Amino acid sequence: MKGTAMAGDTPPIDARGPGAGDPLLVVDDVSVRFDTPQGPVTAVDRMSFDVRPGEFISVIGPSGCGKSTLFNVIGGLLDCSAGRVTVGGATVRGPHPSIGMVFQEESTFPWRTVIDNVAFPLEVRGVPKAERLDRARQTIALVGLAGFEQRFPSELSGGMRQRVSIARTLVFQPGILLMDEPFAALDEQTRLLLGDKVLQIQQDLKQTTLLITHSITEAVQLSDRIVVMTYRPGKLKRIVRIELPRPRTSDVVSSPAFGHYVAQIWGDLREEASRGMAESETAGRSP
Amino acid sequence: MTALLRSRHAPPVVGFLSLVGLLALVEVGIRVGLINRFVVPPPSSVVASLGRVVTEEGIPERFSQTAFEAAGAALLITLVGVPAGVLLHRFTRLRLAVEGWVAAFAAAPLVLAYPLFLVIFGRSQFTIIMMGFASGVAPVILKTLEGLSGVRRVLVDVGRSLKLTPFQQFRMVLLPAAVPTIFVGLRLGLIFALINIVGLEFLINFGGLGQLINELAERYDLPGTYAAIVFVVLVSVVFFLLLQRIEQWLRPGS
Repeated sequence: MKGTAMAGDTPPIDARGPGAGDPLLVVDDVSVRFDTPQGPVTAVDRMSFDVRPGEFISVIGPSGCGKSTLFNVIGGLLDCSAGRVTVGGATVRGPHPSIGMVFQEESTFPWRTVIDNVAFPLEVRGVPKAERLDRARQTIALVGLAGFEQRFPSELSGGMRQRVSIARTLVFQPGILLMDEPFAALDEQTRLLLGDKVLQIQQDLKQTTLLITHSITEAVQLSDRIVVMTYRPGKLKRIVRIELPRPRTSDVVSSPAFGHYVAQIWGDLREEASRGMAESETAGRSP
Repeated sequence: MTALLRSRHAPPVVGFLSLVGLLALVEVGIRVGLINRFVVPPPSSVVASLGRVVTEEGIPERFSQTAFEAAGAALLITLVGVPAGVLLHRFTRLRLAVEGWVAAFAAAPLVLAYPLFLVIFGRSQFTIIMMGFASGVAPVILKTLEGLSGVRRVLVDVGRSLKLTPFQQFRMVLLPAAVPTIFVGLRLGLIFALINIVGLEFLINFGGLGQLINELAERYDLPGTYAAIVFVVLVSVVFFLLLQRIEQWLRPGS
């Protein structure tokens, strides 16, 4: 089982995913450096992993490890300083039509109804109105918001608004669904339930998904593999394969294997998170 | 009672009753001698003089003239102020060069420059419209700039991730997101414009409600003067309601 790790194992770092077929997305030796008044800062350092078709991968790391920077690089919103990201073998230079992005912050358009929000990408691409509304309705039903088509985002809860964002991304059938902590602002129960919804969608659509998160339980609940990052600069620490049975639901959180994976990943992250906290405290004390 | 307070009509009703209450207090203050009736006329006498002012002082024509001038100034303010704000947002160097001057222009007491406007545009309605425009355009420029600059980064990123062209990004994301702030600017601009329009009508005796206020004040017809001021407020209310409707149409869901 090269490149993967069973719970309890200490595997070598190998970014190659399991399963047949060429990887759909490859993050190849990607580094990102920023120039700051205090000098150059490396946010991401030589990250490499891949995502196979239909896989659900999570990238997890402590706060400030460069997860969101990596999200922006993969989504084509930010250029990397070294290395490259490829989708279907083609290097990503700018936003890629095969990548659909769901952002951490609430990103629905408040002046558009739910259906107009979801239909937005199709409108931009010139899809005829009847067709785009039909597809938007189907996607809204997929995320469990049927009946809310004519509501405005201000009339919805935070969880519902994030589902609108996910539907807006799924509606144009992206090859890769890229999500940056989409449930970060939500309470634990809502996160678990939305996790169920994402799992169901991923299983129904065989949707290749890359999730950036700092939640260990969310990552274990949803993923086939989890990419663990170190604290600043964000490097690949290791990749853990989650072999919990599919189809999954949030019930999986009560299984012993789930707890085992959570403990294992927390073991990896604790050292990094402690380092991050110590650095923050040191920075806070300095004049 | 609770249901009445929770209804959507409750706020405007409470607002109206508050105004009536305030006027009743002023009325009482005047009648008991706390307020000098030769400075502030009793609200009841102002209300009583409304009919007389309408029939004897040509209110419909004067109201139309002032409203027309305000509409002309509002149109110019929008057509010039919003694109100017967009330009300043688009070109950072231009913004750095002129933003401070525009802010200073917004604070300048432009009504004092009316002789210059008379020389340039002559004694006509156009002068009054230009005066209203000049005094109201700066806040619209500044608020348009503020609105566009304040669009949440994530909304811009949504547009970028969907590969919107710069024009699509502007039309479909930036502009609708900035509408509430732009309309704050339009309201401010309209207030400044209306003050200057009525002020100039007053100063140059060129018809409209401003001239009427001047005439009635010179006749020491205090109830009539205040009744004319009520009609100026009415012009303002009409334009504010109109702006509210346009904003709701451009930016539903707010």
